[in-house]
Amino acid sequence: MSDVLERPASSAPLDDGRLKIVGTRPIRPDGVDKVTGRALYGADLAMPGMLVGKVLRSPHPHARIVSIDTRKARALPGVKAIITGADFPELADEEYEAGESASNLRDLALNVMARDKALYNGHALAAVAATSSAVADEALSLIEVVYEVLPHVVAVEAAMADDAPVLHDKLFTGGLKEKPTKASNIAKRNEIKRGDLAAGFAEADVIFESRYDTAATHQGYIEPHACVASMASDGQCQVWSSSQGQFMIRTYCAKVLDIDASSIRVTPAEIGGGFGGKTTVYLEPLALALSRQSGAPVKMVMTRDEVFRASGPTSASVMTVRLGAKADGTLTAADVELKFQAGAFPGSPVGAASMTALACYDIPNFSIVGYDVVTNTPKVAAYRAPGAPISAFGVESAMDDLALTLGMDPIALREKNAVHDGTKASYGPTFRNIGYAETLEAIRSHPHYSAPLGPNQGRGVAVGFWFNVGGESTAAVNIAEDGTAMVITGNPDIGGSRASMAMMAAEVLGLPIEKVRPIVADTASIGFSMLTGGSRTTFAVGMAVTQAAQKIVEDLKRRAALLMDVSVDQVDWIYGAAVCTDVSKGKADLSLADLAAKSGQTGGPIGSQISLNAQGAGPGFGVHVCDVEVDPETGHVTILRYTAAQDVGKAIHPSYVEGQIQGGVAQGVGWALNEEYVFDTGGVMENAGFLDYRVPVASDLPMIDTVMVEVANPRHPFGAKGVGEVPIVPPLAAVANAVRGAIGKRMTSLPLSPPKIRAAIDAG
Amino acid sequence: MAQLDFIAPVSPEQAAAALLAGGAGARPLSGGTDLLVQLRSGRLPPGLIVDLKRIPEAIGIRQEAGGFVIGAATPGIALGEHAALTAAWPGVIEAANLIGSTQVQGRATMAGNLCNASPAADSVPALVAARATCLIVGPAGRRTAPVESIAVAPGRTSLAPGEFVLEIHLPARSARSADAYLRSIPRTEMDIAVVGVGVNLTLDADGVITDARVALGAVGPTVIVADAAAEALIGSKLDDAALARLDTAARAAATPISDKRGTADYRTKIAGVLARRAATIAYARAEKTA
Amino acid sequence: MSKRTQVSAVVNGDPVDFLTDPGATLLDALRDELGLTGSKEGCGSGDCGACSVILDGRLVCSCLVLAVEAEGRRVETIEGMAEGGRLHILQQKFLEHAALQCGFCTPGILVAAKALLEVNPDPTESETRYWLAGNLCRCTGYDKIIRAVMDAAAELRQVRV
Repeated sequence: MSDVLERPASSAPLDDGRLKIVGTRPIRPDGVDKVTGRALYGADLAMPGMLVGKVLRSPHPHARIVSIDTRKARALPGVKAIITGADFPELADEEYEAGESASNLRDLALNVMARDKALYNGHALAAVAATSSAVADEALSLIEVVYEVLPHVVAVEAAMADDAPVLHDKLFTGGLKEKPTKASNIAKRNEIKRGDLAAGFAEADVIFESRYDTAATHQGYIEPHACVASMASDGQCQVWSSSQGQFMIRTYCAKVLDIDASSIRVTPAEIGGGFGGKTTVYLEPLALALSRQSGAPVKMVMTRDEVFRASGPTSASVMTVRLGAKADGTLTAADVELKFQAGAFPGSPVGAASMTALACYDIPNFSIVGYDVVTNTPKVAAYRAPGAPISAFGVESAMDDLALTLGMDPIALREKNAVHDGTKASYGPTFRNIGYAETLEAIRSHPHYSAPLGPNQGRGVAVGFWFNVGGESTAAVNIAEDGTAMVITGNPDIGGSRASMAMMAAEVLGLPIEKVRPIVADTASIGFSMLTGGSRTTFAVGMAVTQAAQKIVEDLKRRAALLMDVSVDQVDWIYGAAVCTDVSKGKADLSLADLAAKSGQTGGPIGSQISLNAQGAGPGFGVHVCDVEVDPETGHVTILRYTAAQDVGKAIHPSYVEGQIQGGVAQGVGWALNEEYVFDTGGVMENAGFLDYRVPVASDLPMIDTVMVEVANPRHPFGAKGVGEVPIVPPLAAVANAVRGAIGKRMTSLPLSPPKIRAAIDAG
Repeated sequence: MAQLDFIAPVSPEQAAAALLAGGAGARPLSGGTDLLVQLRSGRLPPGLIVDLKRIPEAIGIRQEAGGFVIGAATPGIALGEHAALTAAWPGVIEAANLIGSTQVQGRATMAGNLCNASPAADSVPALVAARATCLIVGPAGRRTAPVESIAVAPGRTSLAPGEFVLEIHLPARSARSADAYLRSIPRTEMDIAVVGVGVNLTLDADGVITDARVALGAVGPTVIVADAAAEALIGSKLDDAALARLDTAARAAATPISDKRGTADYRTKIAGVLARRAATIAYARAEKTA
Repeated sequence: MSKRTQVSAVVNGDPVDFLTDPGATLLDALRDELGLTGSKEGCGSGDCGACSVILDGRLVCSCLVLAVEAEGRRVETIEGMAEGGRLHILQQKFLEHAALQCGFCTPGILVAAKALLEVNPDPTESETRYWLAGNLCRCTGYDKIIRAVMDAAAELRQVRV
């Protein structure tokens, strides 16, 4: 089931209520390739003379690398290159802004290949390129590494302890008033404050406080990281890889290897899922370095085990949430503390988690303090609305308990404290054009919300927020000689964005959708774009596409005026044709095909490129309701029904918007119920495979109903807001709140695995 | 460099000879759903793979002496397609069909499940409860052994060098008998059993249980035959008191460890829960049989 | 170096011969020797289903089959699903229902769904979900996939009537 709730009039500049393509559900342009097996992903390219590259990874979670002896491996026939950290330049300790999050280049390089220390089980220490997979495996086994094994730390609070093993002896806690003198695993303390916390709690009739924790979870994309890279003797590089941004790959490879960006041409393969996890590099710089040494193209593909052990999960966390409210439900104060595991290098999403934690609420007095903590685990990577699901789990669980304490309906409590247009957001800016109230109402009035429940069943509600971003984007539109169009962008299409790009261009040009072919171009063929992430592509790249198409329409009007011998202001562009508005002139309409055929007479080829830095991405709000049944004897949770409402601005292709919502819910349900990194006492991940990591399978889930609330974003030509990230924010708490309803006990620790639930029931 | 070798003999004796000659690194291949994973992960060094699927006796289901003979390389999906086998031994079939996905069912075999010697093997508690035996072929000829004698420790079997299981034999079904298997997993599919329980019952004309066998999986290093749990049922009509005794006896028999799949405490409790539920299903099935 | 073995099989109706290492999987052979890269490797352990193929009529994970085992067998992959230029109804329904996002799991799911409809032309939602439980999809939450399969089943039943 899906519903679209629409406001009568859109405030979007190009939505006149008569859109022909935007808002419809055409078949995606890349669809046939993907249902026939033709689409080429990261591991699907083969080049002549290609070598196989493999990585030697640390068996220890924390060890000093005393020496690496590669001589025996080098002597093995078929081994063509071996690299270690010594093959990479030393990089400065500097932040580099790339898309959704900043990266420290020195840390990035050290994560790609360790130098002095291995900081987690799975950390790359060396890589080989050989003529076959078997030879590469044997070569890895011949590399001799001498380690000085060091004490390790995995849990976030253990890493914060004074006597914890220190990962980086030059890491001093940032964000403190006085610069510390002792190195610490706490990379940073961040704080957001408003009002007077003590006064706020003093005003409260009810105060609720609890502690929560969540486990590290992985994005779980089905396609492992993969690339083919080639560096020629003149230093010119080709990279074919699966990532969320070919320009991100180019930038990071250029920085890590200290070569010119223009010398690297990155061709985006189809990407088999990312969810934020492919917003960084792991293999590409290694493959290029191996290719440089061997003189041959090198293909590298991670195993699933490597994906879990060595690519970014998101943070495990420990949180406390304290809420104060008047008897009528008005929140007077909130105090939130977040401790996030960053993995081996600083950079957990605790900052975003802090900014989103209270973003749905208008609270006069609050404090949010976050800690970014390094641990001997893989460096975290972005995961869909990074950090927000975690802090929402704490805050939304606490809100549920507060509603119970106050005897209030959980949606009514949220409505009472909801942010509106004009509210100053907890993280700073003032909200405009948000559809949060409409989204709450959509769930309150949904039949699901009032449907009866049976024994051992419970219903949970939770809300969620994500900023959505814009950013630097380029798009080009070129018209072929027959009047059909190509849309060229620089953003990998993870979930159907090519369809939305083509639709927006077709709408502006007045062409049928099948006459517009979108492609995702390599880094040498289109201008720079930030990566696909932050729910930015349909908004920001879509803005560039629309403007490029509009520029073409202006040019077509000029060309038509020339051919019709009228002035430009007498030409309109209506449904794909130039129309002379002065009927008395008796000019025949000129279609795009007519104009394309005569482009030689009017100035040459028809095409345009727009580069912009899109601002004004509309923030997104989601409200979810989930029904569960708990088997009281086994602790097993069944998701009976799930409905997710979200303000999407304008659904360009509603099917793919629904798909984003459904996918986000499924990932959130997995995070809530079963997914977790399990480490043994030796700091080794015990469940580095799909068998025991346990993402949801088809039989674990019901249909996921969606309600698309359309409160237009006037900054986007068609009113679009980002949609991909919001839907993973509420489910963790929605599921936990439903379990609370079913068993009458509050579960504060994720995942809500059967043994934990049975133990909670038994605890009485 | 270590090299994997592969042969596909067409007789059991050829297979036994090859396995013997291949030494410690030789492995029989039936479905391969465990073996290939172990080879790939490096847990098993490459050696000799002896494919059993070209041996005629190793494939298919035959009815013999009122019971069933199941070739070692018969995939799970073929078991479920066999109407008479499913009617006679529903618990064994549901156990076998719980192993892995549809894709895994297209390959995985009960003999492989047995000889992989995982404490959590789904089909083994059901086979043990069914008093199944297996026909073992080796360099010294053929012998028959009860299925519970095969696994001696996690990943280790009692099979001698060169020996392999060629067939699994399910005995003839007596009247008013039925079995059931249940397992507990965190998801609905695709997981390894956290606990598995097989129950096999025979009733008299009045519905009194005259024979019972209860086998517990994933709560000890090998499958546990819970005799006290079976005794708790015999003489009862599976009333609440009998079910309570069964629960207690099953929990008492369980000797689980805590690991990534579940805590010892949880496993112990669930052994009791599943024993009750499986017994209830088996009882209802037995009542319906002639 | 490895002794390579020659294997003769029938893939998507065509006889093929290829050389393979005895330790190589059928998936390796399909992708690396025959260039059929539509079958994907997501895990290499039979847990994701992205490499699903039909081997002698049985749905299997090609990562759990040795290439040498394919000797004399029939293998059907995603590349053989459309007949000529005409998409299979399942493929068409996946497009219409937007039952794919990244598309990486899609070939395996289509092959598995085809195998389902061959044995069960009228599956319930629950039967469809359990049959496809071995095919992980991380993008869609399965909703549109299940709808597409059931819609295809309904349409195939119409065609047969």
